[in-house]
Amino acid sequence: MAYSFPEEVLEHVFSFLSSDRDRNAVSLVCKSWYDIERWCRRRIFVGNCYAVSPEIVIRRFPELRAVEMKGKPHFADFNLVPEGWGAYAYPWIAAMEEAYPFLEEIKLKRMVVTDESLELISKSYKSFKVLVLTSCEGFTTDGLASIAANCRHLRELDLRESEVEDLSGHWLSHFPDSCTSLVSLNMSCLGSEVSFCALERLVARSPNLRTLRLNRAVPLERLANLIRRAPQLVELGTGAYSAEIRSDTFSNLADAFSACKQLKALSGFWDVVPSYLPAMYSVCSGITSLNLSYAAIPSSDLVKLISQCQNLQRLWVLDYIEDSGLDALAASCKDLQELRVFPSDPFGAEPNVSLTEQGLVSVSEGCPKLESVLYFCRQMSNAALIAIAKNRPNFIRFRLCIIDPQAPDYLTLEPLDAGFGAIVEKCKELRRLSMTGLLTDRVFKYIGSHAKKLEMLSIAFAGDSDLGLHHVLSGCDSLRKLEIRDCPFGDKALLANAAKLETMRSLWMSSCSVSFGACKLLAQKMPRLNVEVIDERGPPDSRPEGCSVERAYVYRTVASRQRLDMPDFVWTHDEDSSLRYS
Amino acid sequence: MSTEIRSILSEMEFSGCLKTDLTLGLPGGAPPKPGSKRGFSDMVDLKLGASCDHDEVSVSTPPPTKAQVVGWPPVRSYRKNMMKSCKYVKVAVDGAPYLRKVDLEMYSSYQQLLAALEDMFTCLTICNVMNERKIMDTANGIEYVPTYEDRDGDWMLVGDVPWNMFVETCKRVRLMKSSEAIGLSPKTASNGLSMNR
Repeated sequence: MAYSFPEEVLEHVFSFLSSDRDRNAVSLVCKSWYDIERWCRRRIFVGNCYAVSPEIVIRRFPELRAVEMKGKPHFADFNLVPEGWGAYAYPWIAAMEEAYPFLEEIKLKRMVVTDESLELISKSYKSFKVLVLTSCEGFTTDGLASIAANCRHLRELDLRESEVEDLSGHWLSHFPDSCTSLVSLNMSCLGSEVSFCALERLVARSPNLRTLRLNRAVPLERLANLIRRAPQLVELGTGAYSAEIRSDTFSNLADAFSACKQLKALSGFWDVVPSYLPAMYSVCSGITSLNLSYAAIPSSDLVKLISQCQNLQRLWVLDYIEDSGLDALAASCKDLQELRVFPSDPFGAEPNVSLTEQGLVSVSEGCPKLESVLYFCRQMSNAALIAIAKNRPNFIRFRLCIIDPQAPDYLTLEPLDAGFGAIVEKCKELRRLSMTGLLTDRVFKYIGSHAKKLEMLSIAFAGDSDLGLHHVLSGCDSLRKLEIRDCPFGDKALLANAAKLETMRSLWMSSCSVSFGACKLLAQKMPRLNVEVIDERGPPDSRPEGCSVERAYVYRTVASRQRLDMPDFVWTHDEDSSLRYS
Repeated sequence: MSTEIRSILSEMEFSGCLKTDLTLGLPGGAPPKPGSKRGFSDMVDLKLGASCDHDEVSVSTPPPTKAQVVGWPPVRSYRKNMMKSCKYVKVAVDGAPYLRKVDLEMYSSYQQLLAALEDMFTCLTICNVMNERKIMDTANGIEYVPTYEDRDGDWMLVGDVPWNMFVETCKRVRLMKSSEAIGLSPKTASNGLSMNR
């Protein structure tokens, strides 16, 4: 020990390490580094709340200030995870209340958060600063009222896309006059009207406010006054962007916008009246992020707006933009990095807009920095995908959704294997891929051979046999998350690659061909994998063992595999070798 | 490795993968000899019929009709809810003594809307005249042109924009007498309503 640095020195050195990977690596060097590191770790990220237990976390990291956690698997977004499955925040909140009196930040994604949890948060931590709830549910505006009333030093309250039971807008009025610390407020997911006076006063007394995302109920006539009180805003989400056409409303709004010299991001835009869009033109040249994905604006108006935003880096838009609008985007926005095109009419049988694969090809040609795409369309061809791959080998995220599942190349009627094969072959840095369309095992062979940096893969209605799944599991060295629905993948590939599953965060398979017997086997063989069989048809052993389960969710865990909050439609391996069922 | 397994695996082109496979023995037992796949074939029911045949692209399930498929297309319910609205607009017919209201969200196409208006204003019929749809009062032969006021306050011909956009932007509907719609008759503007939208 005479040759080692004193603890304080090591601690100081470690304080420069912010990435979790680096800190994890450091803690593996030796016992004393492990110990020093764990005492000085302040931030933790738990990618799957069931991979570990609150007790284990608290025991290892006694001095945390910030906790970030994810709950339900991604496919829960599309109603594939039944209600009541789990991901409850309360046990964590309750455990942390005792352990971390100085906790400052809680960020949760896809978790069930109750008003009780929110109240507990608001009362337990004297220096609580940041609450971010992304795609969460289970709470009401009463819970928000507790947060507003009790968190004296609150900096961020961000309810991104959460489903909140909206009892009233009164919660906002609970922010005391003494609260002047707000930096970020995102209430865009709420329905009710808040008191506009209270909102204006809150904005006026928050000199550090950088992000303000209003909800639909804030009318356009009120926007100017709000912006005027916060000319330092960097991110603004409007409310409804519609009003009677009046020149005073317009000039008021235009003046207010022109005072916001720091504005970089715009969102909101529900119920847009296109005539009011020019009121924003003065800020467009500084805008780097534009979310118009709830705005029904004709392509021509979109183009007029977008061509003002030469520094645009991120655009989220509805397919009303059409191919012609994407051509214009490709011509004006050379700094574009991320594009998301959402469907305006996802359930319609026929196309309602003229948006095809051509739009994506244009953007991939014209925007040299484009690296992340989410694109909904109704037709695709191998030729287009090959062109896109050639134009844009720098993709790191490529998510394509062709509305008709199993749609072939519309020109040749062949599967889209070659197209997606080109994507994974050319885009060597690809980290995330979602595929749709008619796809055979061949595409998975390409993926297994080429997609070495791929971390997340989403597959639906694809493949012919277990070979497909086997290619992916055996070939994709960096795979962390795999989610599959409605594919003929089953037991063989799963069991042949059981060890691989422990190197990943999770595997989701629903409406595939995974049998209950295989799930039991997998759980028996791999004690650190939790194999959840999620089946609403009753106990799996009431059906033949070869019968496919509705859903299997497999994830690595160091916590008990018998989580205490399992509902009656979830079965996992019982430690004494027989499957538990209720 | 048994010849049976070997031939099955080679059929499926599993070449090169064997080193990554986990051999399945019971926990605590001696590690199986290299290459022994005993546990694999014994414990798992291998259904190797059609899946070995690579010449045909076998799509195992026919694509379900859209209405039946849960969670498809993959649009978050948050987004679906945000796009929803209840859209009641006034409908005026020139010469009628009172107006009606319809919820545009109830319909998914222009056809459906016009059919509903036909029901509501029983004197009206949608006629097929030379492949163009027109709205007529068959009693007195008056033709009507469907128009709507959009959010900008302009009066527009119904049928030009995609249905969904129409629903978003329409504030009220007016069935205007053709004789008043000078310069705006369907023939000159857009060859009748684009009924396939």
